[in-house]
Amino acid sequence: MTVSLTLSGITAHYGTTKVLEDLSLHVAEGELVSLLGASGCGKTTTLRLVAGFLRPTAGSIHLGDRDLTRLPAHARDIGLVFQNYALFPHLSIRDNVAFGLKQRGIGSAARAKQANEMLERVGLNALADRTPDALSGGQKQRVALARALVIDPPLLMFDEPLSNLDAKLRVEMRVEIRRLQRDNGRTALYVTHDQEEAFSISDRVAIMNAGRILQLDVPEVLYSKPANAFVANFVGFENIISLRAVGEVDDCLTAEMAGGAILKLPKERYEQPGQEFLFATRPDGLLVNRLGDGIPARLGLRTYLGRAYQYRCETAAGEIIANGPLSDPLEPGTDAFLIPQHDQCAVLPVES
Amino acid sequence: MLTRPHPVLIGFACLVFFFLLAPLVIIIGASVSDTSFLTFPPQGLTLHWYENIFEVSAFKRTMVTSFILAVTGTSLSLIVGIPAAYALNRYRVQLPSFLSTVFVLPILVPEIVLGFSLMKTVTTAMGFPIFVSLVIGHALLVLPYCVRVVSAALSSFDFSIEEAAVSLGCPRWKAFFIIVLPNVRAGVIAAFILALITSINDVSISLFLTGPGISTLPIQLLAHMEQFFDPTIASVSVLLMLVTVGVMAVVELTLGLTFLTK
Repeated sequence: MTVSLTLSGITAHYGTTKVLEDLSLHVAEGELVSLLGASGCGKTTTLRLVAGFLRPTAGSIHLGDRDLTRLPAHARDIGLVFQNYALFPHLSIRDNVAFGLKQRGIGSAARAKQANEMLERVGLNALADRTPDALSGGQKQRVALARALVIDPPLLMFDEPLSNLDAKLRVEMRVEIRRLQRDNGRTALYVTHDQEEAFSISDRVAIMNAGRILQLDVPEVLYSKPANAFVANFVGFENIISLRAVGEVDDCLTAEMAGGAILKLPKERYEQPGQEFLFATRPDGLLVNRLGDGIPARLGLRTYLGRAYQYRCETAAGEIIANGPLSDPLEPGTDAFLIPQHDQCAVLPVES
Repeated sequence: MLTRPHPVLIGFACLVFFFLLAPLVIIIGASVSDTSFLTFPPQGLTLHWYENIFEVSAFKRTMVTSFILAVTGTSLSLIVGIPAAYALNRYRVQLPSFLSTVFVLPILVPEIVLGFSLMKTVTTAMGFPIFVSLVIGHALLVLPYCVRVVSAALSSFDFSIEEAAVSLGCPRWKAFFIIVLPNVRAGVIAAFILALITSINDVSISLFLTGPGISTLPIQLLAHMEQFFDPTIASVSVLLMLVTVGVMAVVELTLGLTFLTK
């Protein structure tokens, strides 16, 4: 059974501190949505509200047509995977996986059979009689995954499940999580602070800050068309330059930046968000060149990235980070031009 | 490579061990002395004073009282102390920090003061029977040990394990019994033993709370010493020592002594 998850107008407090404000979120049937943000942004709070460990001060939570808002945590029927695995140290791996079945009053023979099948699916049936302390981090997380899946929950939730694993295992495990979630067509909510992880595993990603969702979209859109300066910065647009529209030339908008330099922005890529707007670029979105039609800059500190050189550049609009080709290393103090590479740039409205 | 310790250090260590062990040796010696007064080195050899423990009815009676009192008081203290330790750890962030200090107060307040004020409130003002007063007094006396030792076990307990159980359909009260308690079992046993020994050895609280007809073994020892000053006191002390050593041996064999000192 697949169902959708709907959070409507959720506000939550810790004591008198407001941690979530009027948050609404819809996760469609079988969809995996990630909540992405730095610590303290409210992503874990949101997950704990859905799990029932916290109560919202306002708003409602629905799983399908079931209202979860006032339901105690143990009655919510949600498979939860924790950052630190949270396996029961005093139970065998098989009993860990069978725990949820036991709570549902399933007989011991049926329990053991289902637990064994699930352990087989995560490739751990050989370890069924061990206790959790005999397992590696990756194996523990597989057991946690099996334990959450075996109760056949309509919703799966993950709280930074890969943070305690090393880099190689993280990539392996996220593929496995995605595979198991897809195979079962399960609706899932995934919390992480790792952008690459969120983008690679999710159907859609919600970028959160200060208790609000700033943008919720498919990773491709978040990556290329951030909706505001915070999201832009979060997905790697390190330079944000204020521009003022001055007119149109050919198929380009023209805009003036501080210091008087004029930038040409192809209309086919950008929609002008107003008279005053922001121009966001990744370091790769500005190519450092000795000559050309771009932002005049004086080069500062140069660092080697392997695929390019990166320069801290002084411009009339402040410090800008830009990359230059390996074939032409330039010395600090050189005057150069920063030429926009429009597939790595975006325009944003000025924040009120 | 290990260097040889300095001779002065060795000498100092020997002195420490001497003062730790000498009183025990003296008591054991005095308890087998064939004299009607306490003396060391023992003169003659007899087990008469050990027989005497079981012949003097006051010793038998108070031994039973002490044991029942220790078990009841400690159990009561754990019933209060385990939930308190749980709450102090589970809600550490939300609870005011002075709360954890409240539960150690019985250790911080001089025992004489505690005994006297207990007598004033529990016995005099509230008029409880003597044994009930003793149970309350001893429960209070050992509460700090219970709360601290169980707290120490809970401080390394990961409460997300409890949340995992709840998310899998286990109500919270049940998760406490089948998930939390089994994982702090060692701490609870350690607390029980420490509290039991503290309660059996207590003098100052019992001194104020015992009354006509009911006494504890240490109080009876004091009374006996005032009257007779014979080696029975030494033999009872040796017996108490043996019981303690026996309990410790059981702990060491089953759980390892390290978690009593953790």
